[in-house]
Amino acid sequence: MSETQLNGAEIILKALADQGVEVVFGYPGGAVLPIYDALFKQNRIRHVLVRHEQGAVHMAEGYARSTGKVGVVLVTSGPGATNAVTGLTDALMDSIPIVCLTGQVPTHLIGNDAFQEADTTGITRQCTKHNYLVKEPDRLARTIHEAFVVAGTGRPGPVVIDLPKDILMGKAPYVPAARVKHRSYKPQLKGDIKQIEQAVELMGKAERPIFYIGGGVVNSGPDAAKLLTSFVRSTGFPITSTLMGLGAYPASDQQFLGMLGMHGTYEANLAMHGCDLMICIGARFDDRVTGRLDAFAPNSKKIHVDIDPSSINKNVPVDIGIVGDVAHVIEDMIRVWKAKQVRPAQKALAAWWGQIDQWKGRNSLAYKATDTIIKPQYAIQRLYEATKDRDTYITTEVGQHQMWAAQFYKFEEPNRWMTSGGLGTMGYGFPSALGVQVAHPESLVIDIAGEASFMMNLQEMGTATQYNLPVKVFILNNQYMGMVRQWQELLHGSRYSESYCEALPDFVKLADSFGWMGLTVDKPANLDDAIRAMIESDKPVLLDVHVDPSENCYPMIPSGAAHNEMLMNSEDTAGTQVSDQGMMLV
Amino acid sequence: MSVLMAQQDIRTHTIAVLVDNEAGVLARVIGLFSGRGYNIESLTVAEVDAAEHLSRITLVTSGTPMVIEQIKAQLGRLVPVRKVSDLTVEGPSVSRELALIKVVGGGEKRIESLRIADIFRANVVDSSHDSFVFEIVGKTEKLDAFIKLMEPLGLAEISRTGVAAIARGNTAL
Repeated sequence: MSETQLNGAEIILKALADQGVEVVFGYPGGAVLPIYDALFKQNRIRHVLVRHEQGAVHMAEGYARSTGKVGVVLVTSGPGATNAVTGLTDALMDSIPIVCLTGQVPTHLIGNDAFQEADTTGITRQCTKHNYLVKEPDRLARTIHEAFVVAGTGRPGPVVIDLPKDILMGKAPYVPAARVKHRSYKPQLKGDIKQIEQAVELMGKAERPIFYIGGGVVNSGPDAAKLLTSFVRSTGFPITSTLMGLGAYPASDQQFLGMLGMHGTYEANLAMHGCDLMICIGARFDDRVTGRLDAFAPNSKKIHVDIDPSSINKNVPVDIGIVGDVAHVIEDMIRVWKAKQVRPAQKALAAWWGQIDQWKGRNSLAYKATDTIIKPQYAIQRLYEATKDRDTYITTEVGQHQMWAAQFYKFEEPNRWMTSGGLGTMGYGFPSALGVQVAHPESLVIDIAGEASFMMNLQEMGTATQYNLPVKVFILNNQYMGMVRQWQELLHGSRYSESYCEALPDFVKLADSFGWMGLTVDKPANLDDAIRAMIESDKPVLLDVHVDPSENCYPMIPSGAAHNEMLMNSEDTAGTQVSDQGMMLV
Repeated sequence: MSVLMAQQDIRTHTIAVLVDNEAGVLARVIGLFSGRGYNIESLTVAEVDAAEHLSRITLVTSGTPMVIEQIKAQLGRLVPVRKVSDLTVEGPSVSRELALIKVVGGGEKRIESLRIADIFRANVVDSSHDSFVFEIVGKTEKLDAFIKLMEPLGLAEISRTGVAAIARGNTAL
């Protein structure tokens, strides 16, 4: 034989190295031992040993989202694979590129209910962008290269490669990445130029336009955010962003109205409701964003740019749907805008901004600060002030703290904000922060957390200690599952069924037991010092901030309501009757 | 507006999908339909190009224009899918379905079933003293009509292939 034969495990490591992989997040087990043996014999690829496979996927997500690279996960068969399912689903919903290698029982045992066997490709078919079961060693290298292309291009997403143990031991020649061409997978990058011209024409005529951007801008890469920023500035139009898009446009910019949607700002939601032209770029008209569909931006024309054709006209019919990569399409838009010397309708635009400034005057994020108890919003504001001039990455868990972080932490550039938007996975933020820290060892990485979410994956504290990852967990501790309690207050007569966390641990002692620094603070006057101590430590730190347990997250579009039916504060809530239809919504 | 639209205008569409014939591809398509709540009225699949490992899936589904567009876009983004063609809107097409229909009984009813089979150009492919198996080929409506007529005549069992369809004229998928 002319070509050198490698065993399957060696082929995998060679292929990963060829794909530029630096680090793998994983957990060993019987079915993947040959890969762990091959890992042991090389020093090109690092392995981060997690404490639970869900943590591995979230770490890979944090790594991917903060670098733009594909995150790689390695888990064993059966429970290893099933534990990864939540992370994979999270990555699918938020379009995060992940390649997840799962062990499998040897091919001759598949289907026999063997020890630690699970039908991994069957289980993960609906929660991955694509998955593979490798049945011949010859297919191995090819499959891995293909998986990286599928995961990282087009609308990114998770890809599972299921690896029977005999394939890991079998021999085959190595196939380099350059020789692998996919037969049917070809995402469309360039948008249709006629549609782009029509879109620009509409922008020139618009009187009440708004840009509505999402995570697709971040996924398109740093160029997309730069192009978008320069284009939005040249139009003078207002811009709002989804949760996932934060940072793609600088939050401090005057044209930025803040986040829109269920807990978005008053001005962003009313501008969406009143606009006559909506330019949606890399967002997907999610139900958290649109509110009641039949009252969504009722008098507007809509332009939608998305790399995934199935996102266009899915929830909301649009007038111009442009399939393409955000950076490519905006580049063309800028070119057409300049070539046609489009001048926006200045007078109408000035009136539109006058209206928006009035809405801004409502100061919808206002809250009542006190000097006796720490308001969660205040905690995030102080955290922002203390960290804004540093090289900082923020992750969050899911719930009230997540919304407050989105409202009060201002992101100036993309890839700095990692949160679970689509799936809403409690327990995402902490492992995600570890993945970010692995990718950016010198940066300040903070998980803004709730105590309930943090408890869902706190076993990864061991991972932080083992790899000396000095992440900061900033817990807004209100002793409740705050968002659940808020909904019970709003929809279920304040019957707080099972939303109170009894028997919380002493977080300082918990931190101590893992070799972390643990701090606690409950007075507003001491908050800044505590934050400073957290930031300045070179260890992982858990800061337990005792916040007002009754604070709710406002403004809010209640379920089944429209953008112009926002609740501004708890007094607003008193007379609210949520419709039966609204009660059914999540 | 869109809620109203969603209730109107539901039409049946025949969609041809050319896919790489790899493990799990059919499960992907079916899982897409069940996961997203789309209807499958009929589905046929078989390899059509052994050298290229290509299979063709013919789907009959129904929905509003917006839902049908979604179905096509969702099918199109499955990695092993090569082409998606909506035969209902992309020009004229022919569609056929085959059914094997077992009718059990004797006497007048037995003779009547044979007479109707003759009118419908159904073939007898199996016979015993008290049963026939008819083979009938045609459009879905024709098969439906034949089956309805067999009901009072001792209809015992039906096996249908589902629809196979192809565009008329000189263009190929």
